[in-house]
Amino acid sequence: MWSFFHKLGSPRWFYQISGRFLPWISVTAVSLLVVGTIWGLAFAPEDFKQGNSYRIMFVHVPTAMVALVGYYVMAAAGAVSLIWRMKMADVVMRSCAPIGAAMTFLALLSGAIWGKPTWGTWWVWDARITSMLVLLFLYLGVIALYEAYDNKVAAGRACAVLSLVGMVNIPIIYKSVDWWYSLHQPASIKLTEESTIHSSMLQPLLFTAAGFYLFYATALLLYIRAELVFREQNTRWVRDLALGKRD
Amino acid sequence: MYFDSFAAFLHMDGHGVFVWSVYGSAVLVMSLLSYLPLKRKKSTLAALASTLESCALSNSSESH
Repeated sequence: MWSFFHKLGSPRWFYQISGRFLPWISVTAVSLLVVGTIWGLAFAPEDFKQGNSYRIMFVHVPTAMVALVGYYVMAAAGAVSLIWRMKMADVVMRSCAPIGAAMTFLALLSGAIWGKPTWGTWWVWDARITSMLVLLFLYLGVIALYEAYDNKVAAGRACAVLSLVGMVNIPIIYKSVDWWYSLHQPASIKLTEESTIHSSMLQPLLFTAAGFYLFYATALLLYIRAELVFREQNTRWVRDLALGKRD
Repeated sequence: MYFDSFAAFLHMDGHGVFVWSVYGSAVLVMSLLSYLPLKRKKSTLAALASTLESCALSNSSESH
């Protein structure tokens, strides 16, 4: 168990092992996304109230889910890097930010485009949407803060603190549709009671959701590997990699 | 398929423009998320390789 954590902390080991897993994860992600998208777009029935615009859900819900879970990953990596000063954790935290920002942006954009035919407006300043916008600014804030420091160790610490403080926003996003009156509907998929979404629409959604999670993992590994190669340029293994020697 | 024709599938009773723009932007953003780190890694390794090779060249010319 502990030796696994020690290995996880080694950039070279992480680079090698992630390279072995990447093809499998990425191919599974793309397959799930293709199946779920074709199913959701062409085969799932029309919604009796929203018509075909509800098909945006197959992108909107997974991107919002991944944006939130991605924040947990970033904050957890930030905590590990603050407490144990683990180099790999700092790399993970740094890599989470652009992917999380992109997923939050997609959730907001797809929500706005879905809002036009459904609510009659692109945007409302209600609790769910505003708190998601705050999430986007938190992700962008971590990126900007990291770039603002010349001393990257200090930058990593400041970003870790910001991501931990930003955790306060996550339960607000989850509960916003219950705490405040909102145009946004409450959750349809529940763990403790029966979901209020028909299985013909839930099944393709599960495919795209799983696909988006695996895509997140793929993108995270790609960002981590690029960051590792950049930071470890002075080590033997990256030099061998650059010169085309098999590591 | 749920739709009667391919044209109906594209049009989606007037909602096509909303649905397709969401899927288009998702494909674009996800392609960028895959391409940018790969490009960064490749350019880092290429720059490092050229530095190392020029160092090796200057070292070998000094030794002659």
